[in-house]
Formats: sequence, C-alpha cells, structure tokens
Amino acid sequence: MTQLALIIDLNVCVGCHACVTSCKEWNTSGAAGTMCDDNPYGQDPTGTFFNRVQTYEVGQFPYTETVHFPKSCLHCEEPPCVPVCPTGASYKREKDGIVLVDYDKCIGCRYCSWACPYGVREIDEHEKVMKKCTLCVDRIYDESLPEAERKPACVLACPTSARLFGDVHDPQSEVSVTIREEGGYALMPEWGTKPSNHYLPRRKTRMHIHEDELVRADNPLKKEQREHAEPIDATTLDDSTSW
Amino acid sequence: MHPAFSVIFLTTLIGVGQGLFLAIFTGQSYSAVELLPTEDSVQFYATGSMLALVFLFAGLIASLFHLGHPERAWRAATKWRTSWLSREVIALPVLMFLIFVYSLMHYFEWDTMLFTSKTGARLQLTLVIGMLGVIATFALFLCTGMIYAAIKFLQEWASPLTVINYLLLGTASGFILATAFSSYTAPGLVKFYGVWATIITLSALITRSAALIRNARIKHKSSIQTAIGVRHNQIQQKSMGFMGGSVNTRDFFHHKTRLFMKSIKWIFILLTFFLPLLFLWFGIEQANSNTLIMAFIIQYLGLIAERWFFFAQANHPQNIYYQTI
Amino acid sequence: MSIQTAAVSETDSRTEVKNTTCYMCACRCGIRVTLRDGEVRYIQGNPEHPLNKGVICAKGASGIMKQYSPARLTKPLRRKAGADRGDAEFEEISWEETFQIIADRLAHIRETDPKKFALFTGRDQMQALTGLFAKQFGTPNYAAHGGFCSVNMATGMIYTIGGSFWEFGGPDLERAKLFIMIGTAEDHHSNPMKVALSRFKRNGGRFISINPVRTGYSAIADEWVPIKPGTDNALFLAIIHELINQGLYDRDFLVQYTNAAELVNLDEASDDFGMFVRIKEMEVEEGCYDPQNKLWWDRLSDSPVNTLTEKADPFLLGEFSLEDGTPVKPSFQLLKERVEKYTPEWASTITGIPVDTIKRLAYEMGITARDEKIELPIAWTDVWGNEHDTVTGNPVAFHAMRGLAAHSNGFQSIRGLSILMTLLGTIDRPGGFRHKAPFPRPIPPCAKPPKGPQDVQPNTPLNGMPLGWPADPNDLFVDENNEPVRIDKAFSWEYPLSAHGLMHNVITNAHRGDPYSIDTLLIFMSNMAWNSTMNTDEVRKMLNDKNEDGDYKIPFIIVSDAFQSEMTAFADLILPDTTYLERHDVMSMLDRPISEYDGPVDSVRVPVVPPTGECKPFQEVLIELGARLKLPAFVNDKGAKKYRNYPDFITNYEVEPGSGIGFLAGWRGKGGEQFMKGEPNPSQWEMYEKNNCVFHYELPKSYQYMRNWNRGYLKWAQEHRLTRYEEPINIHIYSEVLQKFRLAAQGKRAGKQPPAHLRKRIETHFDPLPFYSETLEGQLTDKHKYPLNALTQRPMAMYHSWDSQNAWLRQIHTYNYLYLHPSLGQKHGFGDGDWIWVESMHGKVRCMCRFSEAVEPGTVWTWNSIGKASGAWGLDKDANESKQGFLLNHLIAEELPAGEDGDHLSNSDPLSGQAGWYDVRVRVYKADETDEKISWPQFDSMPALPGTGIRRKWQAYFAGKFTRGK
Ligand SMILES: Nc1nc2c(c(=O)[nH]1)N[C@H]1C(S)=C(S)[C@@H](COP(=O)(O)OP(=O)(O)OC[C@H]3O[C@@H](n4cnc5c(=O)[nH]c(N)nc54)[C@H](O)[C@@H]3O)O[C@H]1N2
Ligand SMILES: Nc1nc2c(c(=O)[nH]1)N[C@H]1C(S)=C(S)[C@@H](COP(=O)(O)OP(=O)(O)OC[C@H]3O[C@@H](n4cnc5c(=O)[nH]c(N)nc54)[C@H](O)[C@@H]3O)O[C@H]1N2
Ligand code: SF4
Ligand code: SF4
Ligand code: SF4
Ligand code: SF4
Ligand code: SF4
Ligand SMILES: [Mo]
Repeated sequence: MTQLALIIDLNVCVGCHACVTSCKEWNTSGAAGTMCDDNPYGQDPTGTFFNRVQTYEVGQFPYTETVHFPKSCLHCEEPPCVPVCPTGASYKREKDGIVLVDYDKCIGCRYCSWACPYGVREIDEHEKVMKKCTLCVDRIYDESLPEAERKPACVLACPTSARLFGDVHDPQSEVSVTIREEGGYALMPEWGTKPSNHYLPRRKTRMHIHEDELVRADNPLKKEQREHAEPIDATTLDDSTSW
Repeated sequence: MHPAFSVIFLTTLIGVGQGLFLAIFTGQSYSAVELLPTEDSVQFYATGSMLALVFLFAGLIASLFHLGHPERAWRAATKWRTSWLSREVIALPVLMFLIFVYSLMHYFEWDTMLFTSKTGARLQLTLVIGMLGVIATFALFLCTGMIYAAIKFLQEWASPLTVINYLLLGTASGFILATAFSSYTAPGLVKFYGVWATIITLSALITRSAALIRNARIKHKSSIQTAIGVRHNQIQQKSMGFMGGSVNTRDFFHHKTRLFMKSIKWIFILLTFFLPLLFLWFGIEQANSNTLIMAFIIQYLGLIAERWFFFAQANHPQNIYYQTI
Repeated sequence: MSIQTAAVSETDSRTEVKNTTCYMCACRCGIRVTLRDGEVRYIQGNPEHPLNKGVICAKGASGIMKQYSPARLTKPLRRKAGADRGDAEFEEISWEETFQIIADRLAHIRETDPKKFALFTGRDQMQALTGLFAKQFGTPNYAAHGGFCSVNMATGMIYTIGGSFWEFGGPDLERAKLFIMIGTAEDHHSNPMKVALSRFKRNGGRFISINPVRTGYSAIADEWVPIKPGTDNALFLAIIHELINQGLYDRDFLVQYTNAAELVNLDEASDDFGMFVRIKEMEVEEGCYDPQNKLWWDRLSDSPVNTLTEKADPFLLGEFSLEDGTPVKPSFQLLKERVEKYTPEWASTITGIPVDTIKRLAYEMGITARDEKIELPIAWTDVWGNEHDTVTGNPVAFHAMRGLAAHSNGFQSIRGLSILMTLLGTIDRPGGFRHKAPFPRPIPPCAKPPKGPQDVQPNTPLNGMPLGWPADPNDLFVDENNEPVRIDKAFSWEYPLSAHGLMHNVITNAHRGDPYSIDTLLIFMSNMAWNSTMNTDEVRKMLNDKNEDGDYKIPFIIVSDAFQSEMTAFADLILPDTTYLERHDVMSMLDRPISEYDGPVDSVRVPVVPPTGECKPFQEVLIELGARLKLPAFVNDKGAKKYRNYPDFITNYEVEPGSGIGFLAGWRGKGGEQFMKGEPNPSQWEMYEKNNCVFHYELPKSYQYMRNWNRGYLKWAQEHRLTRYEEPINIHIYSEVLQKFRLAAQGKRAGKQPPAHLRKRIETHFDPLPFYSETLEGQLTDKHKYPLNALTQRPMAMYHSWDSQNAWLRQIHTYNYLYLHPSLGQKHGFGDGDWIWVESMHGKVRCMCRFSEAVEPGTVWTWNSIGKASGAWGLDKDANESKQGFLLNHLIAEELPAGEDGDHLSNSDPLSGQAGWYDVRVRVYKADETDEKISWPQFDSMPALPGTGIRRKWQAYFAGKFTRGK
C-alpha cells in the first residue's frame, strides 16, 4: 500500500515561506480552491492557508538555535480527523493514503478540526466547508503536466529542497531512506496518529583542529628569513685552526 | 477551545429536554408501580414531554447554526459506525421521534394496557415507548458526551466524567424544570421532583467537581518539545507564520484572561449548583412556582457558563503551535 | 467541487503558458506563467532557467496578488491645483498632456541649465537606459539606488580585487568546504543562494554565520558567531593577524597575483611616499590598469628585481633599501605591521566575540584553505604566458552584504574582508569567490565621471558617464573651487569614490539649495518619501516645503510608480507604470546582468498580460520623451523619433553606431548567429522568448577561473568588448588609489586639492591598508545615553515597501516588532510584546517589542519596511501596517551632526558615500501606560488615488473568474 507524504528537512529550511504562498497560489485556483482572504486590505488580514511556516527559538544566547518550522496536514496513517467526521466528507484514500475532504459532503461542522492535534485544517468561512492540504492531488496525478512537475506545489517551489515528496511505505523510496538515515521523526508521537509527514532534525558539521596543523614544514613564514647573512668580523674557527 | 454558543446552546438545551423527559417518564413509571398517583395524561405527560421536545427542538435549531451547510445536515447521519457526532445526529431525532410519539399517545390517550400484575403494576404501551425514549435519552447523552470525551488529546475532555457530567447536568436541569412544571400541572409531584432534582444536582456537583479537580491536575502529554520534535527545555515560538489571526487562533482558544476564566468557574458553580438548590427549596417551601422557575432559569444560566467553561478549559494541543504573533 | 473528480486540467484550451522573468525582487528568476481565461492561474519557477532552476520564493509565488492589487495606479495623475504635496489629491490627465507638460519643462531646462533636472531611480534594473537618458539629456544628476544600498560592497571589493559580491560575484558553494556568511539576511541572489546553501550543507560543508542576529540563513548555520554591529573589520584584522602570524596564508597566490610583494616607497620626505616604487626606465602606456613597472625584492639574489621576473621569488616580509637609499618594504610587510596591534584579544573587546573563537575561525579558514586544496584538471594559461595544468582552489568561501556595507566604516571593512579572502587565496578559484561577467574589471574600472562643470553644457549630452570610478583625485567631479558639481555631491571631496551616487541626500540637498537648487526631480521606482530615505519625517516636510514666494523649494516632482506608495503623495505628476507581467524589460550586460560563474547571462521580460488601465511602461515614457526632447540617441537624422517603442529600441540601439554592442548580448547579428557583439537582429526578442528569456554563454572551462590573470579569458573578454585591455588585474592588498587621495590631503600631490576642512577626513580614511575605526555616527554619539545598535533586516517574504499591497504577503508580515534581548526588558521594566519607545539622537518611534535570544544583547532589530503610512499601498487607514507597524528610518539621520569636518556631511561612508543605515545608536524604554497603543509617528491618512481599484472586504481568488466577478 502506498502512503504519500512530505518530509521536511529542518536542517536546510530557511523559513522563506515559498511553500506557503506557492501552496496558496496553486490551490486557490485549483480543485481544492478557492482559498479566501478576509480583510485582505484592512485590519487583521486573515485567510485560508494550507501550509504555514513558523519560527521557534531554542536555547539561550549565545547558544540559540532559530528553527523554521513549516507545517501542513501530516496525512496521518491513523488520522483522528477522519473517523469523527459525521458525513464521511473527511476520508483517507486507500490508494495513496492522502487524507482529503469532499467539499460536496462536508457540512462545515468543524468537528474534524477539533480532532486534529496539529491544527492544520482550515474552515473556509465563505464556502463553509473544511479545507486542508490535499498533497496537491490535482497536480501529482495530472498527466498533462510534465512528469517532473507532478509534485506538490510547495515541493517544487522550495528553494532549499527542504521538502521531499514520496511514498513512505516503500522502503526503497528517497523519502523512506532519508527518514531512516537522517533521523526522521513524527510530530506529537504520543497520540498514535502516526503522521506520514516526517521532519528531519538539524545536523551539525564541525571541524576539529589538531595542534600540528598549525606548525607545518611548508609554513610560508620560513621563506621570509633572509638567507644571506653578512660575514662577521669576530674570530671564528676559520681564523684559528691549522688543519 | 473557543466556546461556540451554538454548541453551548445545543448541549444545554437538549440536556434540559432529555432531563425533563426522564423526569416525566420517571413520574409515569413511579405511578405505574403505584408509588405515585397517576397524573393527568394530557396536562402532565403529554404537555411535559412536549415541553421536553421543544427543548430538544430548540437545541437542534441551535446546532444548525454551528453548521456551515445545514441543508446537508442529513449527511451527518451516514457515519454512525465511527463518528459519535454522527451517532448523536441519529440519536437526537430518534429521541425526538419517540418523545413525540410518547407525547401524542398521552395526548390522545391511546394507551393500550399491555399487562397488569397482581400487585397492580401496569405496563402500558406509553411505558414501553417511554422506556425506548429513556434508552434513546441515555444514548444521546452518551453520544453527546463522547463527542468530546472521544478526542483523546483534548485531555480535559477525554474522560468518562465528561459523559457522566453531561448526563447528570442535563438530568438535573430537566428535573428542576420538572419540579417547576409540576407545580403548575401536578402539585403532588413537586416534592418528588424536588428531591430527585436535589439528589441529581448534588451528584452532578460531585462529578463536575471531580472533573475540575482532574483537569486542574492534568499533565499535558503534548509539549512544545513533542510538537516540533526538538529536545530542549527552553523553546519559544517567535512567529506563527501569520499576524492577522487564523482559524487556529479563533477556534481553539478563548482569548480571555485567567481572571475571567476563574470568575466563570465560580459563577457556574454557584449558578449551577448552589443557587438553584436554594431557590428550589425556597420555592417548594413557599409553594411558589415563580421561584421554581427562577431556580431553573438560574441553573440554565449556570449551565451556559458551565458549558462555556467546559470548552474554554479544554486545552487543544494545536494551541502549542499558535502562541506568539 | 470534489477533489476526487478534480478534472481542472491544467492544460486545456482555456490555459496558456508563457515564460518571462520575475520581478517581485531584484533576483530575477525565470518564471513560467500559466493563464486561465486571461487571468494568472499560476506562477512557477522555470525549471530550465539557469538562475533558479525551477524554484520560486514567497514573493514570486504571490505575483498574482500584485497584478490584481487595488493599490495599482492606472491613470496618469496631476496634483490638484490648490492641494498641497502630501495631501495626495490628484486629477486624471491624458498621457498626451502628461508628455506635453514634461517635455516643455525639460526642454527649457535642457536649454538653460541641464543639471536642474535630476533623475534618480530606485531598485530598478534599467540603469543602462535611465543612465543613457540622463547622459543624453546632459544632466550629471543621475544615479540609482546603489548609494543607499551597498556601494561599499561594490567599491570596497572592486577597488581591491576587481569584482565584488552583490550582483557581480559570489561564493562557489558547489566546491567550497567552509563557508562564512557575514551580515547577510537575504540579498539579491535570493533563490540561487538558497539552492546553493542547502546543497552545500547536504554535501557536508561547514557553514558559519557572522551576524548580530540569527534568523533566515543564519538559522541553519553550523555555527552562529554573534558580533557587535559595525565591528567586523576588527574581526577580519584579527583573523589576518592570526593568519600571518601562523603562516596560514597562500604565499604563492600573494606573490603571483597581488601587490603583496611590491615594494612601497617609505621615504617620508618623498612626494611618492607610500607609493609603489616604479622602474624609471620602463616605458608604460597610461591606462586604467596596473602596468608592470614595480619592484620586488628577490630572495634568491637578495636584490630588487622587476615584478614577476622569471625565477625570482620575492620577499613578502622585511625591510630593504634601494640603491639610492630609499627605504622600502613589501606591502605585505606593511600589512603585517598594520595588524600587529590587531590581536584577537583586542578584537574580542570590540566585537564581543571570545578570543578563542576568533583564533579558531582563523585556523579553520587557514587550515581548510591550505589542506583541502582542490585541483581541477583544467589547463589554462596566465596572462604572462605561464601554462598551468590545473586550476587550484582553496575551498573557503565567503559571502557578505549590507551587514558590512551599510556602515560608514564599511569600505574599509570590506577591504579587510577582500584582503582576508586574498590571503587565503580564494579569488576566482574553485570553492572560493567567483566573478560573474562583466567582472572582473580593472582596478578601478575605466569609466570615469565628468571632471568638472565644463562637462555639463546646455543642449548637449554629458561629457562622460554620470557615474564612474575615480582612480585619482583628478578624476573628481568638482569645480575650480573643489566644490561638488552634482546635486548629491558624489565624486566630490566629501565622498570621492561614490561610484553609485548618494541618492539619500538628493532631497535634502535640493531643498537646502546646496550646492544649488534644482527644478525638476524625476523619481522612478523609489519610495523616497518613506523607506528608502533616512530621516523620513523631515524629508517628507522638505518635499512639501515652500520658499517665501510660495513656490516649492523643489519646484517640480515627477514620480513613476506602479502603486500608491507614500512617494506618490508628494508628486506633481504621477506616471503609472506597468507591472513586470505587463512589459518588456532587459537585464542587460550594460547594467547588472544575471551572469553565472561560468559565463555571461542576460535575460528579458516579455509581457504575459496586457497593461492594466492606462499604465505605460516607463521605458516607453523615456523613449517618447527622448524623442520629444530630440536627444541625439533617440532621434534620427531628421530629428524624428528613431525607435517605434522600447522593444524596437532594444533591438536596434547600439552604444556606438556600428559597434555591435547593444543592451542584449544574445542572438546578435542579422540572423542571431553572434553574441556579445554583432549587428542588430530583428528577431532577437523572439529568440530570447524561445529560450526561456535568457541568453547564457558558457565560457570554455579553461576561461572560467583565475579570470583576473587568465589570458584566454581576458582575450575573449577583450574580443567580445567586455573590457578594453587584456591586462592582468592584480589584487590591491595595498591600495595606491587610496594613498593618492591621502597624499593629496597631505598636500603632496599636484592637481585637485581637498578643501581644508576635509583634509583630515581624507587623510584618515584614505588609508592604503585596512584599519579599524568606529562608525562615524558611533564616534559622534553619547554611547552612555544611546547604548544600543539598531538594525533592520530583509524579511524573505517581503520586498522593501512594495509588497504591503499584496494580500497574501501582508498576512505573513502585517506589522513589525522591535526584537531585542530579554535582558533589556528586565533592565528597563518592560515585558515581551509591550509598547516601547526607541530613541536615537535624531528622533524616536513607538513600537511593540518582542524578546529574542537570537540577537546580540547590545543590538535591537526589526524587519525592514513593514511599517507604512496610513492609507498608502491601497490599505485601509487603520491597517496594521500603519497602526502597529513602524519604520526605523525615522531614527536614522541622512546627515551627521555638525562636526569639525563641516556642517552638512552625509551620514555615509567617507570614501564611497554609502548610507550608514546600521550605524544608528538608540536607547529603549517602556511607553507610558496612558500612551495610545499605536505606533508613532502617525501621518495623515492618504486617500485612495483616482484610478486605483476597489478593496474587497473579502476575496477568494480563482483564475478566470476574479476580475470579471463570479
Ligand atoms: N526578500 C527580500 N529580498 C531582498 C530585498 C528585500 O527587501 N526583500 N532587498 C534586496 C536589496 S535592495 C538588497 S540591498 C539586498 C540586501 O540583502 P542583505 O545584505 O541580506 O540585507 P539586510 O537585510 O540589510 O541584511 C543585513 C544583515 O546584516 C546583519 N548586520 C547588520 N549589521 C551588521 C554588522 O555590523 N556586522 C555583521 N556581521 N552583520 C550585520 C543584519 O543582522 C542582517 O542580517 O537584499 C535584496 N533582497
Ligand atoms: N531602515 C532601512 N532603510 C532602508 C534599508 C535598510 O536596510 N534599512 N535598505 C535600503 C536599500 S538597500 C534599498 S535598495 C532601499 C529600497 O527602497 P526603494 O528603492 O524605495 O524600494 P521600494 O520600497 O521597494 O520602493 C520602490 C518603489 O517602486 C515601486 N514599484 C514597484 N514595482 C514597480 C514597477 O514595476 N515600476 C515602477 N515604476 N515602480 C514600481 C514601488 O511601488 C515603490 O514605490 O531601501 C533602503 N532603505
Ligand atoms: S494532520 Fe490532522 S488533518 Fe491531517 S491527517 Fe493528521 S489528524 Fe488529520
Ligand atoms: S467539517 Fe466537514 S469534514 Fe469536518 S467533520 Fe464536519 S463534515 Fe466532516
Ligand atoms: S502538498 Fe500541496 S496542498 Fe499540501 S501544503 Fe504542499 S502545496 Fe499545499
Ligand atoms: S519553501 Fe522550503 S525553505 Fe522555504 S520555508 Fe518552505 S520548507 Fe522552508
Ligand atoms: S527571488 Fe525574487 S526574482 Fe526570484 S522568484 Fe523570488 S521574487 Fe522572483
Ligand atoms: Mo538595496
């Protein structure tokens, strides 16, 4: 069985928000649209976004890490948001594990959003239905797009390629290998939701300097000594031996 | 959570309806085993259960305000296998239907006697319908409670106490209303209902307090560490990615001060438990229907506050992600 | 709309796809725009574009909201009679009338005194055309934004290594092992930098960020080195100190490719004191390059020899005396002596960086450069004819931007950095700094500013380029009294090397009539009434200030903008420009192309949607005006309009008739068979369009490195008219150019002389070797009163002021906080999120604060340009941007407090004229509980201009249905 998902590499995410607006841009005019904006030019503008990038600070100066943290629906393997839906509008696809909302069935009761611990569902206050990340189902299977572009909009956009997309059930897939090898982890594992999206932690490259690396035979300073010393006037063995 | 008034009204109103129906039916069952006199079918049972129905109906209407697409509300009945909400959506009309039938039968006094025991206990058709209604009532309480109790990461809610409180608080309000109602329609039952109302209210006080104590002690399983998967004891959000608010900041948090929360807590304890009992017994002693009505109204207001607090107190783990603009 | 059945096919007959170039910022990524029923459906990165390779950024992906923004100007507007500037009361007029008004006015100015017309442009990318227009008009008063942006970066590096960061060169992260990023938040290479950075990290590279603040790129650094603002040169000099003392420098590189071994005359009595000793008998042709007529002291023969004498190996250290007794030292010795006192211990107290960290940084750089050498099997020949089998790289790369540049000591810091990079041997080598065409250039580049008032004549094009690169005091653009000729005083003794002008002082100077008054100010694409001006509040008053006779001090202001910016409020005439999706544009080799390390790249924009309303591309406006004013370049022999329109101009214009050099380098020649130079090609535009709107010439591998000294490359560059000379561009460890100015200040040089009050200043700052001095403002501030440094940073999801009209982007940055360390709150009794005052010696602002552990505790910072004036940008008057957002610029002065150097000196680097944005010192304190909880200062709300769009209460964009309503 396939489970499509995103892997988000916090090690390279610079918090640029490209994934945020490219998601909105793709989806508002797509099958999951529209994505409305309220007070777009007024006080407290607010709108529907399927993906947000947040910022956290870890530790104390000067040992501070700034962590940029993108989050969209994690397409949980045990999605608590699905069984609670009274209408069946929320469902998880057998075929690829994508959790979707059928806008035609949704009654806008918001119950599923209560049942998601991650805060990634967005009620559309104008269309009155629940919306969320679709993993760009309307891109990833669209055969009219070139193969390389059959990926979520956010993945294509991400300048640092901090977002990987693939089947986490296929142990050979790039995403599975990455999760395995780079320490991929799930958010709030305590609820047994088994998020399919995984995050990769920060990794550090360090350099170790050995004492001897500072004193080397080819040290260029050695070339700066003047080799031609002037002859000296004082007595030397040259003057006093008779061999 | 952000308390939604549609849901507050839904749960409190149907609670009253359910409780009142239980009270009416209790009255009838007592009289069936001759512990109480039989009351006038139309004036008491039919009207009383009709009144319960009105509350249920009002609750139903309130619930529609919660829906984005009320015209599709029927769809909500389809997922009863997994969804407590769906089950509630089924249980409520079933109960309403049963109460309606129960009320209608009393009204037209179509009450076939099914069985009479030697001791004089009678089994009428209305009793059977009523019994079904009781089952539906309990089912509805269970569904309503479970809607909340089933969300395991809403730890304040995820407890049997949630169901028990829904049951007891709804029943208490129904019995107080029944007390008031009987003062007009069946004065002989006032004390009977008063005693039960008191017992149930006091039980609710105990279980609701238990829930408060439990919630005050809850250790939340989710933390900012598990939320973002970084292990460090000092992590602070600096930006949540937007500044003008979102569903996440509107739907999941009450945006009220601690003081406000605390006040609401004491207000609801006072209004739901102590004041109504005071009015109740004052009203019974004085045989003053108005005072009894007051007792109900006060408790109902208390329940609104209680329900508000119930929502507000629930700490949704998603809030961990939405702390700082 | 069920997703299951989603059949919104992306490529049906209603959709159309076009490639063009993004301009949501100056990075210029290739984009692919999909339209549905004529409306923008989707903007994605063009996967075939060399710059961004398919990725896009937050701004780029929000282009839709820019295109359909209600803040867009759509009609030419004239200030209503009787309305004051700033009131923003306008009436619509026709383009014909607009042209008439401008042409009449400008024709008169041109006939009388062309310098009374000033044209200044902001973050545009058409300096080739605007500069041409100014030159043809005959006014010297032209510059783009460089002076307030990063001219320190350009000059500091170009005067040292012949190329620079910014848009002219960058770090080779493909090959680097260690990468040090200094003072960069976002920069122009936005997407390419991100692409490269993540690849670099994934390939195991080590990334160190030196920055007072840890956000954005710095967030993912392996090590963050917080530094006190304005002190980087102390760090560089201490690192240089360690590198020299430990012998961790690339000696061969220094000897071969720099002036490190060249002997400096140290005879204090000589007029040539501090100049390189020249070989008298050697005849050299004068040019803008270094002739090889200097001396080395050869180790082997222990005697002076010609530089680069075969088999000679010069001393880098030591002191010698020439036959005639002249004491001399190699310039490297002087550098060593210079950094003697700059110990890590000394630097630590200045920078706030621990001594051990400074030493370790030096060792990491030195050891990586020395021990992780890259040898690429690429044979090349140097300009002296030596053949090399390989190209060597020392894989330590740096990148720096405005954190260094935007300080008044930035020129010298950047020279410090350039020298540090040179010591490590990382210039135009794999894994280090890499040039981008048309760089490297001679040091300094050949173009020179006009030399005096005689070069400005009525009805005559300017004699020289309005901007250039002085190499000598005699290149200054001053009159016989040594006073400035330009309105911004660029190339005067106040800022001799101000290669990009000083746009930030134009309004102040014009208002004061110092050095003279002007008549007409044309501002293109710059928000000079708000975020790109220092001292904003006062400057807004100046724009509206009148003489006793009731006339404006700046009589006429024309603004070309696409949006209802703060600046438009002050215009007499507003020219509504198109958006980037509506027009042709070129990113020309004559300006700042998007070249790659491997060769020149230029690119174009083509319209993907028709202009909105009556918007007209500013290029068309210039071409029309050029023709109406009969500027030679824009009219034919008969004096008629020469070019039909801008695309026609681009196709056919040549810098010199018949030269074959035009704005675009690709597909030249009749049939497009040539590049760089060649006859005009009538189908050039189509060829660009067919090729993703870019022309990319990949140099042969052997021309790609060591270009300062690569014979093949230099020959190629000369043949293709990138450069005039095929001469080596040796690195100026020791800057003779600076020494010439110093000598002039010391009265030791004939020619143009600095005015007395500036002698000291010139003498101090024109030091041929890098030195550390506190920023000018820092020196003049009472630091007990104003103990903190205040900075701004670019947010990645916003471009300066111009994205607040964007409904999506403004949800990400709706207003701004002042970020500061919690200890400041503790000290001053305010909490996280509280309202506070921030005060400098020039002014104060009220804002909200946010505590942060990711900032050096002596520094406070905010996102740049998020705060807005009420009503601007098509926003409601109570929008958060104006009520909670604030602008730091109110605290920053455009002029220094009067001092011994004179009265009205710009708050800028004394060498380059770079605006010292990040020098400001502030204090913070809690706002009164009774204070209004809105930011301060507030300005009268700007009404919506005629022709701007309706602001919906809510909207849901759906391509194909949006503007037509649904
Ligand atoms: N998204 C986006 N991209 C942009 C722009 C934009 O507005 N938005 N603007 C474009 C323009 S015009 C420009 S000029 C470039 C500028 O690009 P950057 O040079 O990246 O510009 P700044 O945001 O000024 O970043 C300056 C950085 O230097 C740090 N800094 C300040 N003072 C010092 C110091 O003394 N020492 C050190 N080591 N660091 C210091 C600041 O903390 C900040 O991180 O960006 C371009 N790219
Ligand atoms: N405090 C502080 N101030 C700073 C800086 C800082 O770091 N700190 N950075 C400085 C730097 S480096 C820079 S480059 C400046 C940038 O400052 P500006 O050059 O003023 O840049 P913008 O604010 O983006 O404004 C440019 C104007 O161009 C308009 N515009 C946008 N698109 C178009 C178009 O297609 N055609 C026309 N005609 N107009 C258009 C916009 O509406 C806007 O009014 O800010 C400087 N100001
Ligand atoms: S992240 Fe939330 S919405 Fe998405 S599948 Fe999991 S529980 Fe459901
Ligand atoms: S809001 Fe829609 S999707 Fe969510 S639970 Fe209700 S009906 Fe289901
Ligand atoms: S997968 Fe698609 S819908 Fe989901 S966050 Fe990315 S762009 Fe948005
Ligand atoms: S686009 Fe990539 S780098 Fe940018 S915020 Fe999203 S995940 Fe991070
Ligand atoms: S970096 Fe600049 S040019 Fe590139 S996509 Fe973003 S806004 Fe456009
Ligand atoms: Mo800039």
